Amino acid sequence: MKLSTFLQLDLPAMLAALFATLACALIGNFLVLRRQSLMGDAVSHAVLPGIVIAFLIWGSRATWPVFIGAAAAALTAVVLIELVRRYGRLDAGTAMAVVFSIMFAAGVVMMEQAAARNIDLDAECVLYGQLEDIIWLAPTTLASLLDPAVWEELPREVWTLFGAFVFTSVVVTLFWKELKLASFDPALASALGFPAGRIDLALMFVVGIVAVAAFEAVGSILVIAMFICPAASARLLTDRLSTQVAISLVLAAISAIAGYLLAAFGPMWFGHEHSLAASGMIAVVSGVILAVSVVAAPRYGLLARRFRPEAASAGTAAAVRE
Amino acid sequence: MMLAALDSMDWPGLARVATVLALGGGYNTSLVMIGVAVLGFASGIVGTFAVLRKRAMMSDTLSHATLPGIGLAFLAAVALGVEGRSLPVLLAGAGLAGIAGVGAVHVMSRHTRLPEDAAMGAVLSVFFGLGFVLLSYIQTLGTGAEGGIAKFIYGQTAAMSEADAIVIAIVASLVVASVVLLFKEFRLLCFDPDFATAQGWPVGRIDLALMGLVVIVTVIGLQAVGLILVIAMIVIPAAAARFWTEKLARMTIVAGLFGAGSGYVGAALSALMPRFPAGGVIVLVAGAVFLFSLVFAPRRGVLSGFVRHALLSLDIETQHVLRRAYEAGEAARAPGSVAEAVRAVEIDSLSITRSWSPPRRAVVLLSLAARGFVSRRGGEVRLTSDGLDEARRVTRNHRLWEAFLISHADLTPSHVHRSADLVEHVLDPDLVSRLEDELRRGGKLPLTNEPMASAHPC
Amino acid sequence: MILPDHPAAPRTPIASRPEHSAQSPMSVHSLTVAYGSKPVLWDVEYETPASSLVAIVGPNGAGKSTLLKAVLGLIPVAAGGAVFWGKPLADVRRRVGYVPQRGSVDWDFPVSALEVVTMGRYGMLGWLRPVTRRHVEAARAALDQVGMADFADRQISQLSGGQQQRVFLARALAQEADLYFMDEPFAGVDAATEAAIVDVLRTLRTAGRTVVVVHHDLSTVEDYFDHVMLLNGRIIAAGPIAETFNARNLQRTYGGRLTLLDAVSQALSDVAGQK
Repeated sequence: MKLSTFLQLDLPAMLAALFATLACALIGNFLVLRRQSLMGDAVSHAVLPGIVIAFLIWGSRATWPVFIGAAAAALTAVVLIELVRRYGRLDAGTAMAVVFSIMFAAGVVMMEQAAARNIDLDAECVLYGQLEDIIWLAPTTLASLLDPAVWEELPREVWTLFGAFVFTSVVVTLFWKELKLASFDPALASALGFPAGRIDLALMFVVGIVAVAAFEAVGSILVIAMFICPAASARLLTDRLSTQVAISLVLAAISAIAGYLLAAFGPMWFGHEHSLAASGMIAVVSGVILAVSVVAAPRYGLLARRFRPEAASAGTAAAVRE
Repeated sequence: MMLAALDSMDWPGLARVATVLALGGGYNTSLVMIGVAVLGFASGIVGTFAVLRKRAMMSDTLSHATLPGIGLAFLAAVALGVEGRSLPVLLAGAGLAGIAGVGAVHVMSRHTRLPEDAAMGAVLSVFFGLGFVLLSYIQTLGTGAEGGIAKFIYGQTAAMSEADAIVIAIVASLVVASVVLLFKEFRLLCFDPDFATAQGWPVGRIDLALMGLVVIVTVIGLQAVGLILVIAMIVIPAAAARFWTEKLARMTIVAGLFGAGSGYVGAALSALMPRFPAGGVIVLVAGAVFLFSLVFAPRRGVLSGFVRHALLSLDIETQHVLRRAYEAGEAARAPGSVAEAVRAVEIDSLSITRSWSPPRRAVVLLSLAARGFVSRRGGEVRLTSDGLDEARRVTRNHRLWEAFLISHADLTPSHVHRSADLVEHVLDPDLVSRLEDELRRGGKLPLTNEPMASAHPC
Repeated sequence: MILPDHPAAPRTPIASRPEHSAQSPMSVHSLTVAYGSKPVLWDVEYETPASSLVAIVGPNGAGKSTLLKAVLGLIPVAAGGAVFWGKPLADVRRRVGYVPQRGSVDWDFPVSALEVVTMGRYGMLGWLRPVTRRHVEAARAALDQVGMADFADRQISQLSGGQQQRVFLARALAQEADLYFMDEPFAGVDAATEAAIVDVLRTLRTAGRTVVVVHHDLSTVEDYFDHVMLLNGRIIAAGPIAETFNARNLQRTYGGRLTLLDAVSQALSDVAGQK
């Protein structure tokens, strides 16, 4: 493989994947703690009709219309889920399933109309993204990476995802205290003047923005995986929120890079010439990391738990003897 | 623009719609309609328990988790030299992967500190991601099978063959029969799992049986509506049925009928309009049923709830007016009896009526007049003699409640609507007479001039 | 009447059950329960006397509900356990009834009061067998016994708190068990319900059944029960009311929290006054 191929095809895709996973993992920590992981799932399915409508109206893949359409659909989904839950007296899971599946179905039906009008849009790209289509022609050698002009030609998707990561970092830094409090004790947060409901809505807004920004490049499945897996793994490894966030970012970066490399070059090691789906592979790597954490986390893993009850009852016996 | 797209379509005429709905749309169309209707019936029935057990998103997780099973089954079949695209092979793989997904969620949510929703989200996305990697690998094999497998993601109803329809019908009937047999166990599981455990029922195994049925429905639904939308077939008819009844058996049947109807009509519509993919249309029809139920269902619907709330609010307001009128009469200390003073009170000049907007005042006064409690005399609205009796009753009831709440603040019976429930219906007679004595001592018990019993016919 | 003089078929009449007179309905042996690594119940040793009404009292967090759940196998125990009539719970499940604390179920669930009570009969039905008329009649009789016959067809969220409690009591009665556990049945109920529950307790005792009740109102312990277990992480004292329910034992059970609990000080002065 030539270095220029790597710089032009693999590096931009890897950067896009990296920023997408970092942004998702960062905000995902709060989704996991607030027990709203599935909202990430519901919202990323429900954006489909928004995207399709934007396509149908503007007739192109321009960034902003798609972004606005998706964000509007995400907001609609969040509001509808709450309305159905409250006025339909249904549990949150049922309300989510009802709303997102109807919205997704509407998106699928409209997509067929778009296809009929020769608009280039297919359902697959919404689910899986188009990581492999991100191309950066400017760099040819390692030295050329030092040239600012080369960076100016960095593909739009990478910039968008970089922006999403910066935006999420700023929001999380600014509202660290509020997010922490609302995740730990919503009632106390409300009592102290940080209404948990509004923080929730704001959280969903950021989730929507990240999901929409990440979608086109990496697809909704990877977005959901990145919202949950790194944060859930980190949750099993530490009890401190700040440490948890840091670990989740490291795990997200590992998933993105390892997953991409495995998908792009793994098959070659087995004498295969075609690469595999990168976004799927990144999700799989993050899942493997989670599985390892579930089994082997030092305090909260299955193995540790298996051996701890004895320690606990030994402690009890000692306490009883006293 | 969208409208332009719709305008340019060929819309089928009414006669054609009727023909297709009456199974006159050709052999294949009718076959698909019946197959999907049977599927919808089974998924509605199983969905009832999935929804009541709050397993909607678990079903979603499970259906996403089937994708790697389909891929692996294909690869295994190819490796063994079997036809990889054969439906039973792929569905077997899907079922096994779904069960593995449920198992993974179970392990994570039961045995680690991770909440169930995070476990479900993780399994859903990672399994689906793995499925996608496998599909991309199968694509590189160049067997041309990828199209056949990808149809499971969005469904391809029209491709249903006679054999497929028969398999769906048989499996769906077995599913329905299992639910009938396990109805009692499922009811217990969904309503009160703790009690079931205390009675020695293996709750875990009943739960597993329910999830197993969800897996089976998902698997036979994959081809018809696709693995992303199959969740809709399970959840939406059941959620819609919940609005129409308070009986579990009835809800189960209604859910089955909603599911069957959505499948039948959806498949017909999609056959009539070739550009509308069946999976999506079926879900949209189910969604329309849900929306209608949410809004118009007689007891639990939003509209009836709104009307009930408005009536209740009107009822409370009229009681307030009557009580305020009585209190104004008491306070007036006019010559003669309290009764005369109360009847002399001008309803329009009470501060409570003046605080309302004109339409609100008009509605409340109209309601009072309609029940014969007020009439217009000498240009002013005043209480009638029926109105006086009612005002006494309301005031007495209100004061007894007040006295009760003050003396027994620690023990407020739940579900008591204070102004509507007569004290006598909720509290025991000894307590009521003690409270009355208290009020009488303070000179605050209405109805001193007539026997109490006549004022509150029970 | 739900307590038949001759209990239904496969079960033998009470008097002829050899183990009933010979053995305590429930014996707890060195039962220890821990949440995580924090023990909440230590080394509980207890024998329930037959045909008696037993109150379990103790301050909040004393492990009263935990004790019930542990002996019923609803939560894991760290050590020890309980036997019923000398047998493990699995062998005698059908003879053990349980009324959990209210609020553990989904009140909006589509079931009527009668259907809830009928669930008490599921245990004797077993797998796959449908509910027959005989069982529905038994359930109806149980509802009648708690004074709720008129509400049989109501969806359960449309009942008041006390009425819901009575429905759950009726469900336990419909089970026709020999030993009952009730978790705070008197909590937050109206006077009519309280009277109905007491009535049922006495009927059960007369019929030779044993009832173990987690109770929070010290002022009624002596009226309603004949045995008491004072619990605070471990058993402080247990035995007949007359010997056990005294100021010294209450002081030891409630300890420093005494001043916080008006009800307790009231009960203490009552007890002291009788001496």
